[in-house]
Amino acid sequence: MARKVVITGLGATTPIGGDVPTMWKNALKGVSGAHTLTDDWVEKYNLPVHFAAKASTPATEVLSRVEAKRMDPSTQFAVVASREAWKDSGITEIDHDRLAVAFATGIGGVWTLLDAWDTLREKGPRRVLPMTVPMLMPNGPAAAVSLDLGARAGAHTPVSACASGTEALHIGLELIRSGKADVVMAGGAEAAIHPMPLASFAAMQALSKRNDSPETASRPYDISRDGFVMGEGAGALVLEAEEHAIARGARIYGELAGTAVTADAYHITAPDPQGLGATRALKAALYDARALPEDVVHVNAHATSTPVGDKPEYTALKAALGDHVDNVCVSATKSQMGHLLGASGAVESVLTVLAVYHRVAPVTINLENQDPEIPLDVVTGSPRALPEGEIMALNNSFGFGGHNAVVAIRSTGPKVEMA
Amino acid sequence: MASNEEILAGLAEIVNEETGLAPEAVELDKSFTDDLDIDSISMMTIVVNAEEKFDVKIPDEEVKNLKTVGDAVSFIAGAQA
Repeated sequence: MARKVVITGLGATTPIGGDVPTMWKNALKGVSGAHTLTDDWVEKYNLPVHFAAKASTPATEVLSRVEAKRMDPSTQFAVVASREAWKDSGITEIDHDRLAVAFATGIGGVWTLLDAWDTLREKGPRRVLPMTVPMLMPNGPAAAVSLDLGARAGAHTPVSACASGTEALHIGLELIRSGKADVVMAGGAEAAIHPMPLASFAAMQALSKRNDSPETASRPYDISRDGFVMGEGAGALVLEAEEHAIARGARIYGELAGTAVTADAYHITAPDPQGLGATRALKAALYDARALPEDVVHVNAHATSTPVGDKPEYTALKAALGDHVDNVCVSATKSQMGHLLGASGAVESVLTVLAVYHRVAPVTINLENQDPEIPLDVVTGSPRALPEGEIMALNNSFGFGGHNAVVAIRSTGPKVEMA
Repeated sequence: MASNEEILAGLAEIVNEETGLAPEAVELDKSFTDDLDIDSISMMTIVVNAEEKFDVKIPDEEVKNLKTVGDAVSFIAGAQA
């Protein structure tokens, strides 16, 4: 019997809240974190997209000035979210040799990299900061979190584009099950609201161009969806061996019951139209959780609001869950906070855990005319109560490169009322 | 041309910006590594910022000789002369 892994701490900094309680309150209310960008570079570079979903609380307001100076913004978000999750877990004493980190990013320190390039060109090599390399490396967030917590059982960095954050939970689960760690700080961070990534994503027609209405631009499943909205932030989850959590009398949010990662091997960016890779990931996650399709009551969908992306996910859900897909309520939370790329899977896993813990599914906004080819039961208008008894929810994440990652969260007790 | 007092004050400002140390903690007899706990990466950042602020060149091979704040003040004063 494999070790059971439970979730005992949550942290997040997102476009709809700088901490978990604020984010959750807004996720149930249904607010948009997308706004017109006021940065001078929007006009300077004549960007085709004028809006994004910035973190509602800048990390520099939370961290000390000196601390922030040595971190790329992506690492700043990682440290903010992981500190909240760590505090939330209530862990005060731990064997640091048994504490690991799995912290993802999609892009890494893109601000640091491009700032250093500007400095090199404008002022020469002498002015390039000595901290440039450790700040831009994609393992920067994982390394900073490891250093911050004194986590010595390894610090891992899954990089699988927009599946990265969910893949971090997959790695965390394996580390604990295999006995390599007792506790893992798992999460994902991204800070890519910079003119170059915005121009690149716009060039591939992936971003919404609804410049006159940023708040309604992210509209998963709507017939008029025209692309995703770039977001930023981080999510973090404390994963813990069940016996370790019980021994210290921890508050348990739910069980990380199963995970799976597959690859499409179909196209570098386009999803397999039949969703075969995603289907295999869904089935494998259920198998890993020793669960049946009928156990699933809720899905936090990847649903980025791109014309080509949303439908194959439905095809995959239908293939993996069969007719039971009609009984599952789906939340597309990117409608509220945009697409946090490598952080999205971590933040959405936090939301999935909270949905199971409080037995309520968050709201999907901006869905006015649902695409008839995607007949999912989408939670709109107001949050949806989830049933009593043992329940399971899934979080899907898919990334450029054909990466598919799915996690399954199982309830561990009766409904917990919100404070 | 800056006086030694002005150089010290300027250095203290740079050290504060990089490390958060109070400017008044940056005294002439303090060792950068032993007293102020400044690591090599911070030291290089301080050196480059000092070069810009005081319009001097501090060669890499000279940095290891700048053990105390006083060493740095003297070197910068000399380089400016």
